[in-house]
Amino acid sequence: MTDQDFEMTPAAGNGLMDRRFFLSAGVAGGIAMLVAAPATANRPAWTQTPGSGMSSYGSPSSFEADVQRVGIGSQAGTVGSGASRTPLEQLEGVITPSGLHFERHHNGIPDIDPDQHKLLIHGLVDRSLSFSLETLARYPMTSRIQFLECSGNSGALLSPTPQERTCAQLHGLVAASEWTGVPLAVLLDEAGVKPGAKWLVAEGADAAMMSRSVPLDKAFDDALIALYQNGERLRPSNGYPMRLFLPGWEGNMSVKWLHRIKVTAAPAMTKDETSKYSDLQPDGTAQLFTFPMGVKSVITNPSGGLNMSKPGLYQITGLAWSGAGSINRVEVSADGGKSWATAALDAPVLTKNLTRFRTAWRWNGAPATLMSRAIDEHGSVQPTRDSLIAGRANGFFYHYNAIQAWQIASTGEVANVYA
Amino acid sequence: MFTHNRWLIAAFYLAISISMPTETLAAEGPALGIELSADEVATADITVMPDGEGLPAGSGTAKAGTGVYVANCKACHGEKGTGGINDTLVGGHGSLTSDRPQKTIGSYWPYATTLFDYVRRAMPYQTPGSLANDDVYAVTAYLLYLNGIIKENKELNADTLAEVKMPNRDNFVWAYSP
Repeated sequence: MTDQDFEMTPAAGNGLMDRRFFLSAGVAGGIAMLVAAPATANRPAWTQTPGSGMSSYGSPSSFEADVQRVGIGSQAGTVGSGASRTPLEQLEGVITPSGLHFERHHNGIPDIDPDQHKLLIHGLVDRSLSFSLETLARYPMTSRIQFLECSGNSGALLSPTPQERTCAQLHGLVAASEWTGVPLAVLLDEAGVKPGAKWLVAEGADAAMMSRSVPLDKAFDDALIALYQNGERLRPSNGYPMRLFLPGWEGNMSVKWLHRIKVTAAPAMTKDETSKYSDLQPDGTAQLFTFPMGVKSVITNPSGGLNMSKPGLYQITGLAWSGAGSINRVEVSADGGKSWATAALDAPVLTKNLTRFRTAWRWNGAPATLMSRAIDEHGSVQPTRDSLIAGRANGFFYHYNAIQAWQIASTGEVANVYA
Repeated sequence: MFTHNRWLIAAFYLAISISMPTETLAAEGPALGIELSADEVATADITVMPDGEGLPAGSGTAKAGTGVYVANCKACHGEKGTGGINDTLVGGHGSLTSDRPQKTIGSYWPYATTLFDYVRRAMPYQTPGSLANDDVYAVTAYLLYLNGIIKENKELNADTLAEVKMPNRDNFVWAYSP
């Protein structure tokens, strides 16, 4: 088979092309041909006067003003007990701009003076210690480009009938950043963890003093005291001046505005880990401590609420991730799951990070159902919605990671459907 | 195929070079932590454990808690813990296996100590941390009383609160055991 052959041969039903389609020289050449020679006589207005000057802190183009967090909601009578969502379908790549990182707060965003903020470590340790931000800055730091997902993400898809929502409204409680900070293991070693210690209780300095119990083995494995997000200090909405970051685990545990860690023998059974982030089963029992986020993917483009202009060649792209490690493969279907084509993955594929996938699709103008399904390095396969909800209790709201289906109508309108 | 293979190989090595060094940095730090005194720890530590460790001095009954509730909680959580604009705190007993499970303190929460811990750290919503320990014990008692778990005159304190067995305690299964 030659290059030309695989480019033109469909990889799966209903127009899905080989994942390497867009990489071929022929297509690139074709696009390059479209660039017209500049017409010097008719210069655009912005080429005829000097542009604006430098600024001390940049902001997006004024033409991008509609790229904003969506689905902002707070409990009755409050402004800071709720969530906002990352506009996934308006973004590309895998790093989420800090200002568009989703939010989930329990009593607003505290305005913390970093000079007065301390991180305390105490409990089952040889020495109870206090760290200022200034002292933490002298510790060896490490950076991880990894995702953070609220375990309530995509919960609207448990609704018995599909709701008319966008990708961001449905799945926008996930984001990825470069998190930089001090490995928690270094600080725990300095304090000296006593025998018998198995957990820690992390507490934030917000008005809810949100707290969660975290197994010590996770703390020693890959937990960070994150001080920086995407190269700058954490945004207040992401825990300024410091937060816990637990790669791959449900977002609520990565306690923001972290100010106290108590090393314990047992979990504290806090309000959030018992009454909220626990998973009710049909027999009335409930699972506690379901920490890792499951393997998952979603096509961000095309997606709910967007409109395909006319039949032709399109790129299908989306995000895949797994709390258990790295993404091994993403498959895309254009015929409602009857046939699947392997998508190309943007390099590098990082463990517990969002992975961008892409493939080419020739839409023939007929109604079609697009789906993506992720497989991680352990072979875990993203489940169908039917298999995820089968036997699931009505009160089990968290950890929804089923395959998302987008219906393309002949008009080009894209909608959330169950398929 | 030549072009594509080269691209894939380059991507492969880039992925390896980026994923390799992360864990090796967790070595030792400059040991700049400042040692805390026992008093400093005691002041900061508001964590209450399910066995009652961390509960402060003080006490309260449901009778005393009625006034605390009306003044501080009723506006959001409704008359007697139901019908408010925010979380329902009372009722739902026996509903967990139904099509409409109602998770309240009484029907769902496994530990009474959690209620004290949460109210003290996070409530009342507009003025968190403003209640005296006696008031936190009292409003805890009131909510447990409304849920039919303790009697109205039962005194809750650092010894008796952890002894309260919540109706749903034995229905929690650990999915992760370190």
